[in-house]
Amino acid sequence: MNLRQLSIQGIRADLLAKKYSARELAQEAIAFAQAENSKTNAYLTFSAERALEASASVDQKIAAGEDPGALAGVPIAVKDVILTRGLRTTCGSGLLASYIPPYDATAVQRIEQAGGVILGKTNCDEFAMGSSNENSAFGPVRNPVAPDRVPGGSSGGSAAVVAQGTAVLSLGSDTGGSIRQPASFCGVVGVTPTYGRVSRYGLTAFASSLDHIGPFSRSVPDAAALLQVIAGRDSMDATSAFAPVPDYASSLDGKVRGLKIGLPREYFENLESETGDLIHRAVDVLKKLGCEIREIRLPHTPYAIATYYIIATAEASSNLARYDGVRYTMRSDAAQTLSEMYRLTRGEGFGAECKRRIMLGTYVLSAGYYDAYYLKAQKVRTLIARDYAEAFEQVDAIAGPVSPFPAFRLGEKVDDPVAMYLSDIFTITGDLAGIPCMSVPCGETAAGLPVGLQIFTRHFDETTMFRVADAYQRAST
Amino acid sequence: MKITEQEIRHVAELANLALAEDEIARMKHDLDEILTHIDKLNELDTSTVDAMTQVLYSAEETATLREDVEVAPLGSKAALENAPLAGHGYFKVPKVIER
Repeated sequence: MNLRQLSIQGIRADLLAKKYSARELAQEAIAFAQAENSKTNAYLTFSAERALEASASVDQKIAAGEDPGALAGVPIAVKDVILTRGLRTTCGSGLLASYIPPYDATAVQRIEQAGGVILGKTNCDEFAMGSSNENSAFGPVRNPVAPDRVPGGSSGGSAAVVAQGTAVLSLGSDTGGSIRQPASFCGVVGVTPTYGRVSRYGLTAFASSLDHIGPFSRSVPDAAALLQVIAGRDSMDATSAFAPVPDYASSLDGKVRGLKIGLPREYFENLESETGDLIHRAVDVLKKLGCEIREIRLPHTPYAIATYYIIATAEASSNLARYDGVRYTMRSDAAQTLSEMYRLTRGEGFGAECKRRIMLGTYVLSAGYYDAYYLKAQKVRTLIARDYAEAFEQVDAIAGPVSPFPAFRLGEKVDDPVAMYLSDIFTITGDLAGIPCMSVPCGETAAGLPVGLQIFTRHFDETTMFRVADAYQRAST
Repeated sequence: MKITEQEIRHVAELANLALAEDEIARMKHDLDEILTHIDKLNELDTSTVDAMTQVLYSAEETATLREDVEVAPLGSKAALENAPLAGHGYFKVPKVIER
């Protein structure tokens, strides 16, 4: 078996044809992932025992003639901000280097119920804060396509394992672009579903009104199949949506003729030429498939970064307050008093980016500044969401770049946090509006660096998003 | 200048975050730059705009209430397992009240 080419359907067919057992696949996948990991540092923890148990249960079901589940035997990696019972979950933070969660995230439960086999946990920026995976306490991840470059962030490990072939699928999390940007940098598919589509139960909270769990895969049908399994209302997350989950596979019929696709003028101004050329070429493919291309406006785009870095950091400063030396594994040895325990544990435990965001978030929420910053940002967020609502009165989907540039070199942007924040401009708006959005690979630069095409659709219309991305992927490969 | 070193110290106090002297200088520089960018929002008149406090919620207000059915809680043993210091079913912290 070639792990780099396996798909959900391929594995299912092979298992039913007895080419190999789920257990054999799990053993080989773990061995391969372990052997390859030094090239990327993408996995932080392997879960061999759990993978063997899960795969043995798939084999038993097949032997008994039962349905082994929609993800039967599929090797899957999980970002290390998503809780796995009994399996270390670090959030990329030194503060949680030995944290063993007492329960599974809902998405993880649903994957295993569907026969998925969890191979391990993937590296990420500390508490999912970053755009390059360089903010991990366990060292950066290298881009499998270009080892001197970043894989993107914050879900860099989850993108890298799928690109590297050391997992068939993975779960990531997206708050400001943390699934789509690494997917585009590594040349894989990455999906941020509608806010509330996937339960956040067991996702370590960063910014609760912006956090999403979503899939990485090599093909659009595989991403759709994984979302199918993890999507849907969960009583453990009050913000998870009641909206029914349609059958995504049946929408992957290549029928995009007549669909209206909008190109936001604001996304194509000042676009670095090679990335821009590839995006325009991808749009031409959609046009040839019969899509109607229109220019649209998203006039509040220039305000998105400022809005995001107020709302996200305000929410993060409250969410990260729980890491205070009482409950979560680490406490400063130097602390004598209660107050020192809080202050020193947090000062020693958090990395520079987390501290920066805790400080900014605390500042914008502090007495006298709340109205000027937090409330103002929530109002501008309304305007940004309204831009999309108005655009979707004219078009069925919106297309554009994911990132202004392809993967950059390790170390290139670490000393300039604002420049790093500004690079999230095209992904942040989707999170602020809460709409579904994804990255699908659309070619490589002359230097061989992957570029991603971003597709946005209306709330809960993942169906149209997958239809467009799948039609594009079929026509371009 | 958007923020002073004194304000940085005050905010660090509010956030219960110990910062070293070199971190304070760096933080002042970084927050200054970010707050300068954030000023851009003042170009927009939002006096008639509602705040987006809820991303999406279309169901009945009571829809998230569950049936009153007993479910087993996590339990204190599991809850305490990651504590740096615990005993007698409680989290232990440095002494708060002197007798």
